[in-house]
Amino acid sequence: MLTLFLIFFPLLASLVLLLSRPQNAKLWAFIASIIELVVSLVVAFQFEKNETTQFAFNTPWIESLGLNLSVGIDGISLLLVLLTTVLVPFIILSSFNNSYNKPATFYGLILMMQMALVGVFVALNGLLFYLFWEMALIPIYFICLIWGGESRGRITFKFFVYTLAGSLFMLVTLVYLYFQTPGSHSFDILTLYEAGRALPLAEQGWIFWAMFIAFAIKMPVFPFHTWQPDTYTVAPTQGTMLLSGIMLKMGIYGLIRWLIPLVPAGVQQWGYTAIILSVIGIIYASCIAIVQKDIKRLIAYSSIAHVGLISAGLLTLNRIGMQGAMIQMISHGIIVFALFYIVDIIFQRTKTHTLSELGGIKNVAPLLATVFTVVMLGSVALPLTSGFVGEFLLLNSLFQYQAIIGAVAGLTIILGAVYMLTTFQKSMSGETNGVTKTFTDLTDHEKMVLYPVVVIIIVMGVYPDPILSISESVVNNPLVLFSESTASLK
Amino acid sequence: MNSLYVICGLGIVSLMAEIASLRKWLTAVLIAGLAVAAALVIVDWGTDVSYFSGMIVFDKFSLAFTGLISIVSVLWFWMSDEYFQDTHQTDKSALVLFAIAGAVIMASFNNMAMLFLGIEILSISLYALAGSRKGSLFSNEAAFKYFLMGSFATGFLLLGIALVYGATGSFHINVISDFVLIHKDGLPTFFYAGVILMFIGLAFKISAVPFHFWAPDVYGGSPTSITAFMSTVVKIAAISAFYRVFSFAFAEVESSWLLMIEVVCILTLVVANVTAVYQNDAKRMLAYSSVGHVGYILLGFLADPITSSSLILYYLSAYAVSSLGAFAVLGIVEREQKDLSVDSFNGLFKRNPLLAVAMTIALLSLAGIPPLPGFFAKYMVFALALENGFTGLVIVAVITSLIGVYYYFRIIIAMFMKEPVGVSAQLSASENALAILLIVLTLLIGIFPDWLISLLGS
Repeated sequence: MLTLFLIFFPLLASLVLLLSRPQNAKLWAFIASIIELVVSLVVAFQFEKNETTQFAFNTPWIESLGLNLSVGIDGISLLLVLLTTVLVPFIILSSFNNSYNKPATFYGLILMMQMALVGVFVALNGLLFYLFWEMALIPIYFICLIWGGESRGRITFKFFVYTLAGSLFMLVTLVYLYFQTPGSHSFDILTLYEAGRALPLAEQGWIFWAMFIAFAIKMPVFPFHTWQPDTYTVAPTQGTMLLSGIMLKMGIYGLIRWLIPLVPAGVQQWGYTAIILSVIGIIYASCIAIVQKDIKRLIAYSSIAHVGLISAGLLTLNRIGMQGAMIQMISHGIIVFALFYIVDIIFQRTKTHTLSELGGIKNVAPLLATVFTVVMLGSVALPLTSGFVGEFLLLNSLFQYQAIIGAVAGLTIILGAVYMLTTFQKSMSGETNGVTKTFTDLTDHEKMVLYPVVVIIIVMGVYPDPILSISESVVNNPLVLFSESTASLK
Repeated sequence: MNSLYVICGLGIVSLMAEIASLRKWLTAVLIAGLAVAAALVIVDWGTDVSYFSGMIVFDKFSLAFTGLISIVSVLWFWMSDEYFQDTHQTDKSALVLFAIAGAVIMASFNNMAMLFLGIEILSISLYALAGSRKGSLFSNEAAFKYFLMGSFATGFLLLGIALVYGATGSFHINVISDFVLIHKDGLPTFFYAGVILMFIGLAFKISAVPFHFWAPDVYGGSPTSITAFMSTVVKIAAISAFYRVFSFAFAEVESSWLLMIEVVCILTLVVANVTAVYQNDAKRMLAYSSVGHVGYILLGFLADPITSSSLILYYLSAYAVSSLGAFAVLGIVEREQKDLSVDSFNGLFKRNPLLAVAMTIALLSLAGIPPLPGFFAKYMVFALALENGFTGLVIVAVITSLIGVYYYFRIIIAMFMKEPVGVSAQLSASENALAILLIVLTLLIGIFPDWLISLLGS
């Protein structure tokens, strides 16, 4: 029942906000997201690490279509649900600086988005997963369309059509698999696994591509990334945070939960191609990030690079890679949120995203500069930050898979250091100029957002064990990871 | 049958209303009467009675479609209050009611002569209604085109019926069906010619490509309320007539028409959706979109001609409630802006959020976005088609739904992003209530579709 609460409480809160339109909508939304966070923490404390699916609930919803409201939480779901429930209050809090038109609608849509995201992460029925997957698209589309920046109509529409096209082919694939299930057919995840694994290799290959493209568009993996930089730039800051912090994890989660266990042979056959694409994406996006003049775009491209590494590491079908992907998803979600928030803080004070117009901020705002340093180091995967653990495990798995791919992917750390340090240098160091002269340091509620984030980044870097142990039982589950790997973690 | 009596009675009442000067109460009486007609369907549910020597049969199929037609008509009268306000109120509402009676007959006939009568009762009322804005040249053009094309199509249909009669010796659908079953291999060639001619005649009525040319001009030129009526009630009636003929009578000779309908289905999907992209007038765009939806319905029918009735019932309910929502908003925007180009929707979200939300939900449903009914309807079509091996057609249909997203979203983008133009739309209490009711209905059919899907059994 707690799982159902986690899904439907944000929906309820969202509907109440949308219908009653209270004056201080942001406060009500924040309270709702805190309640959600508390409940998710209760779930986390009751969670048994060594067991698989818990808090399960299953009831028919639309029987004639095989749609069951079937949900449950295992290690992977739990981590991503926690990421969602932790980030959403932060995202709402981070918006206290901005005053949006029609605030009730804005926060209502954020909470509706949270409902769909949690739903995606706990769904154990193929059609239900698809429903939540699509439902996540609607609120974020309207958030970007109503409150976005210049030429948002065209850009957000491209985003919408791109992701919808991907997911429609995923739907066709799911329906195809549904008809492969025995008897009166079922969308139940385990039944689908069986049906998928029994398919001949050629069909698994088709299914691999149809689903991989849906997930690759969401993440995005090269060459399906063209919607991403524009959308991240044009979206309002909170929209960008939702997109990069949580929504792209839907794609990675899809790989782990649906693609790899569903058609393992297809993944083994085509995984190499997909890994090459991901690695190309890493290098390509890093190189473009280096020459970006706009900070928001720069971070957008850096996000493509990081996600490319996660996807490559996962597709090696190696336990270490999967563990690395798990922790890197959490770490990336938090770091990218903090980066976009810092960019927003800079923008609020200077009204610019252009790097060359900034400079010398650390002279006038030492606290912001310090926070930025920690977040940036996390992003370039310095040891003792959360970014390091994930990237290390992911690169390790790639080296085991094929040394040359590992070596090329490893360039991400160097290139990442180049663009992040350049950003830091251009914005924070140097002489204060006309634009940054009047820059004020962090306000109280900005500290309330950024300090905990800094703590999380460091704690996760020093002591990642709790997170690794939550996902471990799932990673060790032969249903999830098909290929047996000789290497173990400990 | 009781519903049909009530509907015909209401038609006569509205003719008398002129004499009895009951005009003020007429719409309320009609709405209440149609609601009674819908309730009578529930009373009759499960009985399988035939009337007039088996010329009309009220089986589950006809009752379900009669119910759908009555409910949609109730909502339609509610939203078209204004259409009746200016002149000839009683004449217009009488014509609409007789059209509804024709629609019910088209959903329940068991005899080809009855099919012809139903189509004519419906069509002749509609020819007059399409031209009911007498001062407008477009309205006159619509009526004239509709009349010419309609008579032409009826000619095909009649000749088809005659040929089928010549081959089988009966007008009764069940007799034809039995005859075809027994003499499957010995049917004369002109029987198949009759089947094809009947298909062409009905394809005009359901406006499937390439027999759709009249639709955009007629939909565009008629008064908006009549367009809404044509694309909901009339479409439901035409599709159910098509289904009764081809599923009940000609299912056994599937091989003779399967390829033909497949081609028509692909053409309808592609041509209608691609042409809709180029429309700048919201009403014409919805006209093409309604032609496009016929393509999906045909795909569902093709996938399994015998058992797709529950799918078609659900698709039409989803489509009708979403279209009513879109047309209700369209009518109000037309009243405020005197114009129906996509630009007239600019900034509607700021001018009147409720209208914008109602329109968005209607359009998202038509575009097939979950969890709205349009999604489940399309999903069922795709699933049934995949199950029966129509993978190629499903891929075409998936691509055309993506194209569909493009034109539906033009209006959504205009409503939410562009700066407002003109005055802010003021709604009466009844319009507000109708908008909320349509939103709730759409969501309900989307979130709890099960009862509707299982109504006709599988």
